[in-house]
Amino acid sequence: MQSIVIQPEFESWRDAARRLLLRGVPPYEVVWLDEPGEQGLFPTGASPRETITPPEPADRVPAAFLDLARMVSAHDDPRRWSVLYAVLWRIVRGGERHLLGMPTDRDVRLLDQWRKAVGRDLHKMHAFVRFRLVEGEEVGGREAYVAWFEPQYRIVRLASPFFQKRFTGMDWSILTPEECVHWDGESLHYTPGVPRTEAPAGDALDDLWRSYYKSIFNPARLKVRAMQAEMPKKYWKNLPEATLIRDLITGSGSRVEGMLGTEGREEKPAPKNAYLEKLAERNAGQSSPEEEGQ
Amino acid sequence: MTLQEKLEILADAAKYDASCASSGAARKDSRGSMGVGSTGGAGICHSYAPDGRCISLLKVLLTNACLYDCHYCINRRSSNVRRARFTPEEVVRLTLDFYKRNYIEGLFLSSGIIQSADHTMEQVIRVARLLREEHQFRGYIHLKTIPEASPALIEEAGRYADRISINIELPTQQGLTKLAPEKNLARTQEAMGHIRGKIEERFSEKRLPGRPKPPPFATGQSTQMLVGADDATDATILQRADTLYTGYRLRRVYYSGFSPIPEPSKLLPLAPPPLVREHRLYQADWLLRFYDFKVGEITTPEAPNLDLALDPKLAWALRHRERFPVDVNRAPRESLLRVPGLGVRNVDRILQARRYGRLRLADLLRLGLAMKKVLPFIEAADHTPIKLGLDDVKLRERFLPPAQQLELNFDPPPPSAEDDRSVRSGEL
Ligand code: SF4
Repeated sequence: MQSIVIQPEFESWRDAARRLLLRGVPPYEVVWLDEPGEQGLFPTGASPRETITPPEPADRVPAAFLDLARMVSAHDDPRRWSVLYAVLWRIVRGGERHLLGMPTDRDVRLLDQWRKAVGRDLHKMHAFVRFRLVEGEEVGGREAYVAWFEPQYRIVRLASPFFQKRFTGMDWSILTPEECVHWDGESLHYTPGVPRTEAPAGDALDDLWRSYYKSIFNPARLKVRAMQAEMPKKYWKNLPEATLIRDLITGSGSRVEGMLGTEGREEKPAPKNAYLEKLAERNAGQSSPEEEGQ
Repeated sequence: MTLQEKLEILADAAKYDASCASSGAARKDSRGSMGVGSTGGAGICHSYAPDGRCISLLKVLLTNACLYDCHYCINRRSSNVRRARFTPEEVVRLTLDFYKRNYIEGLFLSSGIIQSADHTMEQVIRVARLLREEHQFRGYIHLKTIPEASPALIEEAGRYADRISINIELPTQQGLTKLAPEKNLARTQEAMGHIRGKIEERFSEKRLPGRPKPPPFATGQSTQMLVGADDATDATILQRADTLYTGYRLRRVYYSGFSPIPEPSKLLPLAPPPLVREHRLYQADWLLRFYDFKVGEITTPEAPNLDLALDPKLAWALRHRERFPVDVNRAPRESLLRVPGLGVRNVDRILQARRYGRLRLADLLRLGLAMKKVLPFIEAADHTPIKLGLDDVKLRERFLPPAQQLELNFDPPPPSAEDDRSVRSGEL
């Protein structure tokens, strides 16, 4: 039996797993532990991928497994390292090359659930990050923005490429409690996490955004449960529009009653307009698809 | 009028349009440019309003002044609503400012009709052109077009937009003649046919080596149909949707339950249709597009409207009990897709999993199936359902929402959490 202590990230696990695999150590002989107190950060922005030269494994690992493992690594379940290794072992040494194609396998299902949870967190981060303009920080004509976000899992590195591709033309930082990422137009840098107070509290545009949110809401179709299923309350504290939700819900009943109680308006005659007149002529002469038997 | 007041009026004016999708655009991003924006893959909902709707685009009208008199619409000329008008530059500014804060995926721009169809289209196009050309904006743009606008303008709109749409509004010309007297079904479908041709040209690029590339064009078109404003049955609505999908290759038909508006028309029903009707139509729509159902299977001449209490696939299965149980270990894909509660994704996983051994209930449980719904209709290695020989009423009752809910309240049941999920995911 041996204990493997790793930094809680994909690259550390992968390197350790490769060594174990090469030495033929079966899963039941390994105990995986997260390095205590180690955040696994590389303050200069150097990616661990560049600093470690892994040994070449003799056995080929399917690319689909590596993609899955990269996602699962971001999860916080302490069992993830051992389940990943067990599945890797079965694929490479256990003659189960098709294992990932078996959705009924217990370990595969577990990995899939973790991947889904991380994927959802990632998706919500792409959706709910709110950038705030930092006035007076323009460098070379580029605007600078800062966002604060609290992801559930360690997904900052997984989430960054999306923001890089989308917001190429502006400088931005996303600050989180565990790790921060910065874009300067040329490359992504990572720094250790910071407290929330480091991020700007609001943006001048937030009010305009709230006006939009309020106006696009239709009080006659209240579906609070559907909203909360997709935008759970835990995200509300960092969404500028969320402060309106309560009042919009409580005010909707009387707004609908008001509409239903309004008397129907009379028709107004068409104004004099050449285009409308032509249209009326065309309409009178046009057959409808039903009449053509469509 | 301040920008904020304009935004309030012109967003309020746009909110009755149900479409908000920002998916299905060609892959593009801002790398190598000085601008912002990316599209491709599934769209993102950046927020949700308490009406449960996704907020993904800045959805506004350029102006809510309108020459037309569509009775279901807050902006019709007979309405006394306050009018406002954005300049194209204001919309450009708002779009970019919202986008850079990651509030939105892009812009959905529509407009009331002013002066003429062509004049209106020109204004709308100007916004898109400014965004794309002056600001190198690569985010999502959806433009609403007017069927009567000249084909050249529709083509120009399609060059800047990721998606264009024309609302069909109602499924029949009779309905339009009564409620939207300026609109015409045949002209709308003709314009959709023109757009379809342009979209196909765009995708045929690869098949024509040596020929000049056709200009870029939107990757899809969609439309919206109002439900409950006229007396069209669900069968009529679905038939029209089917025509649009098969004859015009629409990406999406949106169904929008007619909603009360602050400036109601005398011609319209007071009470809006139950929200669950719109839900059932979306479910039926998924069946048409992804489950190989025909309109004639979903609705029948005797029952031209969908059962509000049951999802349409379950309702179909109860009418066709002779086709069940379906053996999960042997049945072809088409039959599995007909099982209530088995969505496309789960069917594919079953097909994958059964290559490696006979499936038992424990396996199905691990796949995460909705067992209660599925069990009466399937056979597995260790499961045969009690024969579905129960009489009609009883079997139906098993799937109805709890009885007391129906007694207290004679309205049709509200959509359940499960319905909500199935409408979003298409898993039925
Ligand atoms: S054309 Fe009809 S639906 Fe469109 S804004 Fe004018 S009145 Fe409303």
